[in-house]
Amino acid sequence: MQSRTVLTSSDIDRAVTRISHEILESNQGSQDLVILGIPTRGAILAKRIVDTIAKFESIDTDAVLGTLDITMHRDDLASKPTRNPAKTVIPAGGLDGKVVVLVDDVLFSGRTIRAALDALGDYGRPSAVRLAVLIDRGHRELPIRADFVGKNLPTSRDERIRVLLTESDTENEVVIEA
Amino acid sequence: MSEFTLVNATMADGSVTNVGVAAGVIKFIGNEVMGESIDAKGLVALPGFIDLHTHLREPGFEQSETVLSGSRAAALGGFTAVHAMANTMPVADTAGVVEQIKSLGDEAGLVQVQPIGAVTVGLGGERLAELGAMANSRAKVTIFSDDGKCVSDPLLMRRALAYVKSFDGVIAQHAQEPRLTENSQMHEGNVSAELGLAGWPAVAEESIIARDVLLAEATGSRLHICHLSTAGSVEIIRWAKRRGIKVTAEVTPHHLLLTDELARTYNPVYKVNPPLRTDADVKALREALVDGTIDIVATDHAPHPVEAKECEWAAAAFGMLGLETAASIAQLVLIDSGESNWQRFSEVMSLNPAAISKLADQGQLLEVGNVANITLINPAATRVISGGGASKSSNQPFEGIELPGTVIHTIYRGAFSVRDSKLAK
Amino acid sequence: MKHLVSVADLTREAAIAILDTSLEMSEVNDRDIKKLPTLRGKTVVNLFFEDSTRTRISFEVAAKRLSADVINFAAKGSSVSKGESLKDTAQTLEAIGADAVVIRHHASGAAHMLANSGWVKGSVINAGDGTHEHPTQALLDAFTLRSAIHTDARGKGLDGVSVAIVGDIAHSRVARSNLVLLKQLGAKVYLVGPPTLLPNALVKRADGFSYSLDEAISTFKLDAVMMLRVQLERMTAGFFPSEREYARIWGLNADRLALLGSETFVMHPGPMNRGLEIDAAAADSKNSLVLKQVANGVSVRMAVLYHLLSGGENE
Repeated sequence: MQSRTVLTSSDIDRAVTRISHEILESNQGSQDLVILGIPTRGAILAKRIVDTIAKFESIDTDAVLGTLDITMHRDDLASKPTRNPAKTVIPAGGLDGKVVVLVDDVLFSGRTIRAALDALGDYGRPSAVRLAVLIDRGHRELPIRADFVGKNLPTSRDERIRVLLTESDTENEVVIEA
Repeated sequence: MSEFTLVNATMADGSVTNVGVAAGVIKFIGNEVMGESIDAKGLVALPGFIDLHTHLREPGFEQSETVLSGSRAAALGGFTAVHAMANTMPVADTAGVVEQIKSLGDEAGLVQVQPIGAVTVGLGGERLAELGAMANSRAKVTIFSDDGKCVSDPLLMRRALAYVKSFDGVIAQHAQEPRLTENSQMHEGNVSAELGLAGWPAVAEESIIARDVLLAEATGSRLHICHLSTAGSVEIIRWAKRRGIKVTAEVTPHHLLLTDELARTYNPVYKVNPPLRTDADVKALREALVDGTIDIVATDHAPHPVEAKECEWAAAAFGMLGLETAASIAQLVLIDSGESNWQRFSEVMSLNPAAISKLADQGQLLEVGNVANITLINPAATRVISGGGASKSSNQPFEGIELPGTVIHTIYRGAFSVRDSKLAK
Repeated sequence: MKHLVSVADLTREAAIAILDTSLEMSEVNDRDIKKLPTLRGKTVVNLFFEDSTRTRISFEVAAKRLSADVINFAAKGSSVSKGESLKDTAQTLEAIGADAVVIRHHASGAAHMLANSGWVKGSVINAGDGTHEHPTQALLDAFTLRSAIHTDARGKGLDGVSVAIVGDIAHSRVARSNLVLLKQLGAKVYLVGPPTLLPNALVKRADGFSYSLDEAISTFKLDAVMMLRVQLERMTAGFFPSEREYARIWGLNADRLALLGSETFVMHPGPMNRGLEIDAAAADSKNSLVLKQVANGVSVRMAVLYHLLSGGENE
């Protein structure tokens, strides 16, 4: 199995920084912003984004950062082994009228995001929902697109993308395996 | 009447010889050949087996078994006589019913069906049935039992023991103190505590046996204890015999092989009265069968229809089939184990049961002049048990188990009831 | 995992996974929209041969919150009135197409029989079979205790926690299930009750026992006491002489509550005989987890339904 690094640690940091600025720019500040990461690695990236934003804007990170577990909304539950759901944390201000930015590590078929949109509906009615991903690898099966992308990475279907982040793995890098 | 010779049969003492049968009687034992020559090489020739404890279910419960279907199963199991327990409907507590059962057996003509009479009217445990009438009837009843229920009233038991002395009868007690076994489902022990099934303590059996052997001593009567199942019961019988009390005891094949661990499957095929007990009990029962404390093997063949066993344990009936597997298990325990021999096998399967029942022409040694009730086994063959055999029911506890020995021929009063392991008619 | 017939079916990891999922489920139960689409299109049948409104409703709410369809089948099947047999009832449900059957029955082993008979193709969940087991009760008891003891309970068991189960152990399916599960999660379990109600085989699997509640409280350093409901039929069967004597020796009254101290939790599977095995002082004390046990029933049953019904064929 061949593997090659497509993003180094510094590449990831720069991408996170750029995405953080793009989010602020597009939202014209941090007003009504809620950033929800999809566990596991989407949640890690969301925290990095919020921490970065906090350097430039004075925000209450607890009011902005959250996680959204989508296990119970997946459309492939009957065909895969049972997964344990992870924690969902919605900031105390709720989602009504907020601009919610969903964060995930890799955008592929789009089904995870579809499930996330479903899950969001149970918690409130955001005024807008945006999507930030570190990697967009193509091969969409649903009409879903990302608003903020770290890197566009054309891949073939049988290649495997692994996002490694020090909070959950041993290093920071993104690797493609053939 | 046929004439035939079993050629090169192995006798219980190990000698190989020919056995000639004519006019229903053993004509000779020796080297000659007379009439049809039947190759009995490698087969052990034994007196036909006698079961002192069978449930033929007729009259009243013909959906489970009839005298005919039970006779078939018995013959295939090598039996030439079975004793039919009295818990039929109507109960066999009058001369009329026991004579009817005997007639049904004669009509089937495959084994001698000897009825057992109830001790109390309707098995109600309140007053004695007409034991004398049953003894004097054409059925010539000698064994009386309320099996299925215990004669628990000590006064009634004492009277019954005394009463049967007048015609040398014997009371066969189903030892189960009712107050200690209300709604009991399985042996009271580690397994029952884990499974949440109401327990059946060993003391419920042992306390009745202890009481009854002392009563038998006081009245000077013969006493027979059905289906011994615990090590403690064995100890009590041993003690009683040492004291000279005229008690005999039986053990079922399933109590010689199976334990309460099987209840973990919650499969009611393992639900039986008395219940399957522990390894220690099985060991004690086997030792007692070898050393003579236990006199006979008796099947307690108890057929039940599918709906009585294909349900939750508490709703299921108690009982297991046994006629077609008994000889194999006796062989396993006595011969294949190296613990005993074919003479002891004959004692527990034929001679002793006949002596307890005083059954004429049955359970006799294979000697010239005796009625030809002979069973031939191939001890080297093994078979995997599957299904209920010739019984109408299929509550088979030995399903899937490989057992040694196959009955090849059963000869009842000089004629083949089973030939080459198949019913002859 | 296809069936939940006995807690012994669960490994420690599987049990903790269910408890962790229950955490997420309890958050759903606190939201405005108490609904998840997860079991949409699945049919759950509540097959209750014994009356039990509370447990049945708990399962019904759990299934509905996961968007499953629920059918309630109250079968009358006492051994006295031989109604439709378990087999026939089960085959009727199979014809309806049940994905899961939640069965409560008065005969020990009924759930096992249903799961292994081949009469139904769906999952079987034991909601209490005779005196044998009540797995979801043990799970919700463990979940409640775990949440009370650990602030961040996710991923944790009950290692080192000491629990006394007090009362009619012999006839209690709750006791049997709890004994197995608590030990599986690393807890120490002590059994307390009159000698007539403490079977040897279960005592051997516990970490200790006592015939006196006072002695148990002073000897074992307890993190929780689990009081079992006393059934008055046991009195007529001679297991103990009178309610008064039972309450006097094994009841959790105000005095014993004080002896337990402020760190020990009080639990009861319900329904309670106030004044018999447990006094109001104990049941309503600040250390009582009884109401939380009831509330957690729905979350735990949601987790069980999810784990049994959502997996793919790979299991």
